Amino acid sequence: METLIQQILNGLVIGSVYALIALGYTMVYGILGLINFAHGDVLMVGALTALQTMMFLMGVAPGMSPIAMLTIALMVAIPVCMMIGFTMERLAYRRLRNAPRLAPLITAIGMSFLLQTLAMIIWGRNYHTFPQLISTTPMQPIEGVFVTPVQIFIIIASALIMIGLSLLVNKTRIGRAMRATAENHRVASLMGVDTNAVIAFTFVIGAALAAVAGVMFASNYGIAHYGMGFMPGLKAFTAAVLGGIGNLGGAMLGGIVLGLVESLGAGYIEHMTFGFLNSSYQDIFAFIILGLVLIFKPTGLLGERVSDRA
Amino acid sequence: MNELVSAVPWLGKRNPMAARWLIIILAIAAPMVAMLFGRSWVRILDFALLYMMLALGLNLVVGFAGLLDLGYIAFYAVGAYTFAFLASPHFDVHLPFWVVLPLGAAFAGMAGIMLGFPVLRLRGDYLAIVTLGFGEIIRIFMNNLNYPINITNGPQGINGLDSINLFGWDLARNLQVTEDFSINSLFLYYYFFLACVVGSIIFIQRLQISRIGRAWAAMRDDELAAKAIGINTRNLKLLAFSMGATFGGVAGCLFGAFQGFVSPESFSLMESIAVLTMVVFGGMGNIAGAIVGAFALALLPEVLRDVAVPLQQTLFGHVLLDPEVLRMLLLSLAMILMMLLRPAGLIPARARYAHPENLHRSAAK
Repeated sequence: METLIQQILNGLVIGSVYALIALGYTMVYGILGLINFAHGDVLMVGALTALQTMMFLMGVAPGMSPIAMLTIALMVAIPVCMMIGFTMERLAYRRLRNAPRLAPLITAIGMSFLLQTLAMIIWGRNYHTFPQLISTTPMQPIEGVFVTPVQIFIIIASALIMIGLSLLVNKTRIGRAMRATAENHRVASLMGVDTNAVIAFTFVIGAALAAVAGVMFASNYGIAHYGMGFMPGLKAFTAAVLGGIGNLGGAMLGGIVLGLVESLGAGYIEHMTFGFLNSSYQDIFAFIILGLVLIFKPTGLLGERVSDRA
Repeated sequence: MNELVSAVPWLGKRNPMAARWLIIILAIAAPMVAMLFGRSWVRILDFALLYMMLALGLNLVVGFAGLLDLGYIAFYAVGAYTFAFLASPHFDVHLPFWVVLPLGAAFAGMAGIMLGFPVLRLRGDYLAIVTLGFGEIIRIFMNNLNYPINITNGPQGINGLDSINLFGWDLARNLQVTEDFSINSLFLYYYFFLACVVGSIIFIQRLQISRIGRAWAAMRDDELAAKAIGINTRNLKLLAFSMGATFGGVAGCLFGAFQGFVSPESFSLMESIAVLTMVVFGGMGNIAGAIVGAFALALLPEVLRDVAVPLQQTLFGHVLLDPEVLRMLLLSLAMILMMLLRPAGLIPARARYAHPENLHRSAAK
């Protein structure tokens, strides 16, 4: 029983991070029909920039309170990622908007590897220890179940961000413009929406979410390195597909569900396969889910968009 | 061949016959020239030929059928591991090369079909992710299937694979022609691989102008229209997948036998991306493009090691970027810039009906 509750808790934590990343994928996909492969790597840049800032702050003002330090680190990481998102869209994706459909996809893959290589040049190949600014001492709300303040922070922060994003998309002027552009570029621009600006804005917002998710991810696991964005990026994409790509609520739901499945799966796989497979197979759950969803319900849990635009 | 011939700068358009002979002579003389720079360069050429096979196979999937496959290296891995299981001391099974090669090809082809089924109805971008995931799954299994039963020997990989043995003629041994003249085994491998590549080229060229190849092109350019004129896109996608995978499997078998050991490290995502870059760089949907791209990018890391490192040392006094980083940087930039500036690649594929005579020939059959 304790294992079950523990795994559900872990699943919720990692699931909320996936959900944040998935939102970035799904927003861009909803508007452009493009899978931004480099999204996971924006997360990595966010985490490493935050790490760099913290290191700097620790050197300059060693007595600074952890919360202030984390806030400043985020204040640096978020704009940096926003810049990257904006630049990617401006320099590469915008020019390829009317290109054959493989072109933007291949560019996105190139972008992803470019970011990784640049990060490798700047930060080296090593794994860096990510400072644990929020306490990681586990508490025991229930006997045998451990939860750390970082995990609580992650769940609460991502819930708040998701609420904020829903308000942005559903209640504001720019949100309406985003929805209109997702529906139909040309008609939206005839209605006076500056679609280029809206698309750039979407990239920027997605990148900001990725930056936050990156800091969360690195805080949770305590490490950061140049390739850390790849797996969460891939899984978040799975989450976006699971929820129904292009659908914001779906991305959130998909992220949580994927996190739960993954951590429950990792916890019980040894029992299920009689010890043949162990928790090092954790990463395959995301892909199995992706495969199953695409076979049986390609529109995802909440999606109405048909997968084949033809 | 014709595409390759006309891609030869200057000579190709003026004197195709001379260009053709130039290519043939270059292909045959390449290892001898490479030998002047040292034995390791011959080895590099051997690997370049393997990459050519991979690029040709991936070009079939990406270029001809328009399906973006990011896990292509997984089929390479299936081929290589099949060889490792069936021809090494690991299980103490030593089947002859001619038995293992078709088996490796068949397993890879089946893996292609297995992967193809779930993704049949999907658009290109989903396909990319699913294939990427498939590549990762294969890698995770290769890394972890050493417990509780040791199948793949985990991250250490499998050692001591048998060499290629053509009817009693072992390619791993130097061929003793006369008493004091022998042909190095690397040369033997080179010519054997060259023969395989040439065979693949001929096969793929015939395939491209066949009914299947034309159906693929139609499907790639407009799937809806292709369906409307009665093309069974599902089966053709499956066929493209499994056929591309078969090429990967064959190349994998050759790779395993040539290198003598296999480990999961050789089949990382980066390799898939590298092969994709070869196809994109050379020109999608174009046999000559795949060959030129594979050749250029397979040689790139070695050239970087020999040129970029000393160059950096003289310019900056120390090595700023090591060759591996530089390779990744150039590959990713190549992908982005090619798509932005020259989306058709170095050697753009010709319009489909540039060879009406070929169409008639295949129609007459």
